[in-house]
Amino acid sequence: MTTLDTTTGTGSIRSARHGVLRLGLARVYYEARMYFRTPDSVFFTFLFPFIMLAIFTAAFGSAGNIGTAPDGSGGVSVGAYYLPGMLAAGMLLSGVQNLAVDIAGEKSDGTLKRLGGTPLSPLSYFIGKIGMVLVTGAIQAALLILVARFVLDIALPTEPSTWLTFAWVFLFGVIACAFLGIALSALPRSGKSATAVVIPIVLILQFISGVYLQFYVLPEWMQNVASLFPLKWMAQGMRSVFLPDSFASLEQNGSWDLPLVALNLGIWLVVGLVLSRVTFRWIRKDS
Amino acid sequence: MTTTPEPRNSSDPVVRVRNLHKSYGAFEAVAGISFDIRPGETFALLGPNGAGKSTVIEILEGYRDRTSGEVSVLGTDPQHGGLDWKARLGIVLQSTGESGNVTVAEQLAHFASLYPNPRDVTEVIAAVGLEEKAKTRISRLSGGQRRRVDVALGIIGRPELLFLDEPTTGFDPEARHQFWDLVRSLKSEGTTILLTTHYLDEAAQLGDRAGVITGGRLIDIGAIDEIGGAEARVPLVRWRDAAGQSHEIRTDQPGRVVAELVAASVGASGKGAGEPAELEVIRPSLEDVYLGLVRDDRAETTAAASAADSSTSDDSTEVLA
Repeated sequence: MTTLDTTTGTGSIRSARHGVLRLGLARVYYEARMYFRTPDSVFFTFLFPFIMLAIFTAAFGSAGNIGTAPDGSGGVSVGAYYLPGMLAAGMLLSGVQNLAVDIAGEKSDGTLKRLGGTPLSPLSYFIGKIGMVLVTGAIQAALLILVARFVLDIALPTEPSTWLTFAWVFLFGVIACAFLGIALSALPRSGKSATAVVIPIVLILQFISGVYLQFYVLPEWMQNVASLFPLKWMAQGMRSVFLPDSFASLEQNGSWDLPLVALNLGIWLVVGLVLSRVTFRWIRKDS
Repeated sequence: MTTTPEPRNSSDPVVRVRNLHKSYGAFEAVAGISFDIRPGETFALLGPNGAGKSTVIEILEGYRDRTSGEVSVLGTDPQHGGLDWKARLGIVLQSTGESGNVTVAEQLAHFASLYPNPRDVTEVIAAVGLEEKAKTRISRLSGGQRRRVDVALGIIGRPELLFLDEPTTGFDPEARHQFWDLVRSLKSEGTTILLTTHYLDEAAQLGDRAGVITGGRLIDIGAIDEIGGAEARVPLVRWRDAAGQSHEIRTDQPGRVVAELVAASVGASGKGAGEPAELEVIRPSLEDVYLGLVRDDRAETTAAASAADSSTSDDSTEVLA
């Protein structure tokens, strides 16, 4: 959003733009601190993938490896199989669930009304929220990978090009999820109903997108439905990073389809940006 | 769309409202209000709950759009107020319920960073009397202490125009007096203030002028010590005579009335002779004047409404509680 400077010349417009970014970064620091001070967000967003990974490993670990060839070779441990799904789930929770609930709450408790009366640009506010999701999501992903490596003893990829794939899937995915979270925050009528509106959406997506259930065992129609949403593509991108290439044959088209992953995440990023830009208001005027 | 504002003179009104209307469907919340607030002035907007005060204030703050009329705040139409305009305002909203997982000092430092020329955080914390709570999270403060944080956040940006919407709700008496001192010091720095409050003593202490709103209309406006007219301010002499009967006289010469009373009872004999019992000279406070204004207006409106009722026998006319 550009600021209409009506009182002074171009110099002040330039300084206002500079201010938008500076205030945005100040908001990232402020928001990230608030995130880690809120028990709800720490438990249901930050720690949730860790808990799910622990449950899956404990529940199915004794059943042996997943994806073993008929001759007994290949295959990965249950933990290794679920790691990419949990990374994708973490991105979805940090973006969509966290922001939708957080902003709906700020809308109803008066935080946004107060901010709307200050010279804070909505753009700085967006930068703050998205930056907060990036920072907390990155810490979450890093810790998940460390737990996988050192607690569950899962081998990590060594190719730099694979980590580059990880980087862009993570970045695109998290930013798209952050925008979708901002857009979704317009839906609940109050902060209290926010979790009731948001959690079912997020939960269903996780079930049909290959986070909790192995994607290749789902019926094709369910796979097709999941392909309409970003989580399936984030999970697929993460599987391409962390699973052996032999697993590519289990994907819908028999390959990792990374260009399709990029395309879908790109589309969702633009859709999320437009939706959040169109729906966001400091307050519901004249309600 | 946005017009370039003319350069403002120091004598131009800070707030200018002309024939302001605001309707929600068929309900007219603000029905044609006009007033000015001059630079450096503290203007008190008074009126019962639901009279339209908050609607007027929120239109001036840019939170609501008007239905019709003209509004200018610091030379700008609030409907098109940009960030530079907001930087010159300080807004203390009616009670807020933020979660507050942040300390008083952190919150003030953050809000200070939003403004081009903020006040010193430590000074503001001291000014609202929260030095000992600076490192406490806002969620752990009492209601009155949280309200002081609201006030602090409203003044941290060094506003030219400060909106105070029922600022002292939940304050203990000491905190209110401290708040009054704070407002006086802001005023002495030249801050223009728009205050709404239900404490009429507060309005009398702080206000230069006041406007009284009921039913979306401005029923009176004027200097704090003149509002309601001279008649509403005529002192009242009250006493009890020897027979135990109580008397009241409205008079511009209370001293003379009292002297006559004393003179008249000098001849009488017995205990307490020459001294009228329970003698009081009462100068109507702003609260008395205000209550009189609102009561008269309500009586007029009810009379008008019942006249309309009897002529049309239509029961759909708004019922006044």
